[in-house]
Amino acid sequence: MGRTALLRRLLLVPPTLVGVAIVVFVLLRVVPGDPIAMMIPPGASTEDIDRLRAAYGLDQSIAVQMLAWFRDLATGHLGTSISLRQNVGSLILGRLPATLELVALATLIAIVLGTALALIGAFYRRRAGEWAVDGIIGIVVAIPDFLWGLIFILVFGVLYPVLPISGRLDPRLPVEFTTQFYLVEALVTGQLSVARVLLSHMLMPALALALPLSAIIARVLKASLAVAESADYAQMAKARGFSRRAVLLNEALPNAAIPTVTLTGVQFTFLVGGTVLIERIFSYEGIGNMAVDAVINRDLPLIQGIVLTFAVLFIAINLLIDILVTFLNPRLRRG
Amino acid sequence: MNGPVFSRRTLLQLAVAGAVTLSLPLGAAHVEAQEAGKTVTIAYNVNLPSFDPTVGASAVNPTIQTIYQAIFDPYIRQAPDLSFEPGLLTKWEYNDDKTKVMLTVRDDAVWHNGDKVTPEDVVWSLERAGNPESGNPIQFVWSKIGNFSIDGNVITADVKEYQPDLFKWMAFLTGYVMPKNYYEEVGAEGFEAKPVGSGPYMVDTFERNAFLRLKANPDYWGGKPAFETVIFKFVPDSTSRVAEIESGAADVTLEIPYEEFDRLKDKPGIVGETIPISDIAMIFINDVGVMKDENVRRAAAMSINKKAIVDRLLRGYGVPIDTLQTPEYDAYDPSITVGYDPDGAKALLEKSGYSTDNPVKFTIQTTRGFKPKDYEMVQAIVGMWRKVGIEATIEVYEIAKHYELRARDELAEAAFYNWGNAIGDPATSTGHAMFGPSPHSVWDGQEVFDAIAPLWAEKDEAKRIEGWKKVDKLIADTGAVIPLLQFVQPIVHIDSVAVVPQANGMLLPQKMTPEG
Repeated sequence: MGRTALLRRLLLVPPTLVGVAIVVFVLLRVVPGDPIAMMIPPGASTEDIDRLRAAYGLDQSIAVQMLAWFRDLATGHLGTSISLRQNVGSLILGRLPATLELVALATLIAIVLGTALALIGAFYRRRAGEWAVDGIIGIVVAIPDFLWGLIFILVFGVLYPVLPISGRLDPRLPVEFTTQFYLVEALVTGQLSVARVLLSHMLMPALALALPLSAIIARVLKASLAVAESADYAQMAKARGFSRRAVLLNEALPNAAIPTVTLTGVQFTFLVGGTVLIERIFSYEGIGNMAVDAVINRDLPLIQGIVLTFAVLFIAINLLIDILVTFLNPRLRRG
Repeated sequence: MNGPVFSRRTLLQLAVAGAVTLSLPLGAAHVEAQEAGKTVTIAYNVNLPSFDPTVGASAVNPTIQTIYQAIFDPYIRQAPDLSFEPGLLTKWEYNDDKTKVMLTVRDDAVWHNGDKVTPEDVVWSLERAGNPESGNPIQFVWSKIGNFSIDGNVITADVKEYQPDLFKWMAFLTGYVMPKNYYEEVGAEGFEAKPVGSGPYMVDTFERNAFLRLKANPDYWGGKPAFETVIFKFVPDSTSRVAEIESGAADVTLEIPYEEFDRLKDKPGIVGETIPISDIAMIFINDVGVMKDENVRRAAAMSINKKAIVDRLLRGYGVPIDTLQTPEYDAYDPSITVGYDPDGAKALLEKSGYSTDNPVKFTIQTTRGFKPKDYEMVQAIVGMWRKVGIEATIEVYEIAKHYELRARDELAEAAFYNWGNAIGDPATSTGHAMFGPSPHSVWDGQEVFDAIAPLWAEKDEAKRIEGWKKVDKLIADTGAVIPLLQFVQPIVHIDSVAVVPQANGMLLPQKMTPEG
């Protein structure tokens, strides 16, 4: 991606976000589910309901509410959560790091597993090894992430209780963090024992998220490796006497990686979306879990803030991936 | 050609480093299973959104009251059987002509920061709760009294409008005493960051959406609770809560599927307990369309075999009911019955020209998965109705839509719902569910309105309760609502912890004790 193309992409970001914001705002107010109706106790009169509605600014027209929200957004204020009565921005910033750490670990696992499967499949092409890999990929991709989550809970949480089932941290652990990036902070400050506890909590949800992605990576990378291995440069390396393994790792893999990187980038955004269910199942305190509560409570400002955050994430990740692919592929740099 | 991207040695080194990190002993941070009798871990079914128990949506969420009652003291406490007992108030009463209330504040209670709980705290809490600007969702209850005066430990207030169940509300939603000086000093945000109550447990650590760790209050007026530490792990998914207990990661949990309850309670080391609670399943009847016909309404009520639903769908965990009162409520009258009579239902429908060949048609709305077996119950009911000449179409909606439609009086002809009434007063069950002008009611019949209206301000308690029983009889006789069953709460816990189930559905850690 050239400089002009990058600039064009960056210029498109604000209108895209405004579009997302408008659609989400209007949709949330059009679909059934009144947050005030959710909180009125027995005995409340119509006047009491009106008073509550006015207190949350929901007595205004959609246009007036939207203008007020955009005015707040312009000053960096995402609004106040109805159910949590706190600043939406602070709530999201408090939970987002947990999700990012989980997604990063899941992506890492998916890349390692997917690459390993693809290499094994490519190495044993047209032999039992490739069939076994194809079989594994088929099974892994057929089972959705939340089902993997439940399977892991049953196996590693109940039958062989070696991993914790819920949360991000052991509630009995007397440890305090200065940032919300617990794992990063524990690793950077050398608290390996705390990092181990954090990883043990993250392992099952991360694996559940990673498995379907690893299968997709394996499938695409294996196909790309087959193409790359038949290319002239790979054939030349073989002719010069390099082993099959060396050709695969050093010649075919770097070239086959480009479409896989693009795919991983796209899937990464789906991975972030997948945290909504997985974080719920594992009671993991990330933004996905908070999103479920926000929807259940019809917490309109919080839902809006979360959707907007997801939109920013998706745009940023896609932009980064495009830049990365350009960096990896010299032909695109010149384009 | 360069060497391999990762040599075999590099890969091996990386693998070993990872394995070592994962297998490292926790050292100082590692905490083994807590000493028996010191800590109890509860896998809880809802998150705690906010610490202030008097404002916002969480203040009126009955399930969250368990946590609030561990940290804060209600004005008046509720015993496991729904009766009332002293809390921060040791005495509460109206004067003879019900124009004043007198409240006596206990003198041995202290806040978690060491300050003494004073009558000024109580007055401030009541005035704040009654202020329309405070954000208290049931401000309309607290605003019925005002003009407070304090004499020693006794508070006297004027009754602006008589509210028969005022004292009962003092044991439930938003009925908590808050620390005046501390709150004014730190403000709302400071209070959320470091809440101070006067309850049996003090907040130690809170990880939103993850867990809440509480420490026993050694100076609690009711005595220090048995467990030094209480951990509420927020596990909204019922499958995960089952796994928490089964894996030993939690000691107590609740609200799990009855099938799982039956399986778990038979496992060694795990105890299962059930208690009928103050939540009921019912079908709202909206008096529109075919539901204006009393024969149709009564036939719909008479053709439901409630016992079969309890036995077959809820594995016996439920109590069939014929009024909106459960046996624990003040106005429960066992003589009011509807009965299962499909032949009688057929005869009633025939009078209105309906039969199995020419069925009466309407819609029944329900949630799916909001309460145990809600959709399945409605499916079974629709099957029973079909046999007598009622063809109902099921419409599934989310609970939020139910609230919205009910507030607008736009529910379908029939709508399944679960109604809670932890204070046990008939005004909170029959009253608000059936009084036309209430935003909670979709019944607009004049006869029921006329029967209920004078009861809101009836000062003679015996007469008031009798009045509600008459309303229940009228409702049963005219099929204005279909009460189905009282829910039973399943609780499972390890056998080394004793739990006291409460009819109001709360799972109070301060009532848990080590056993054995």
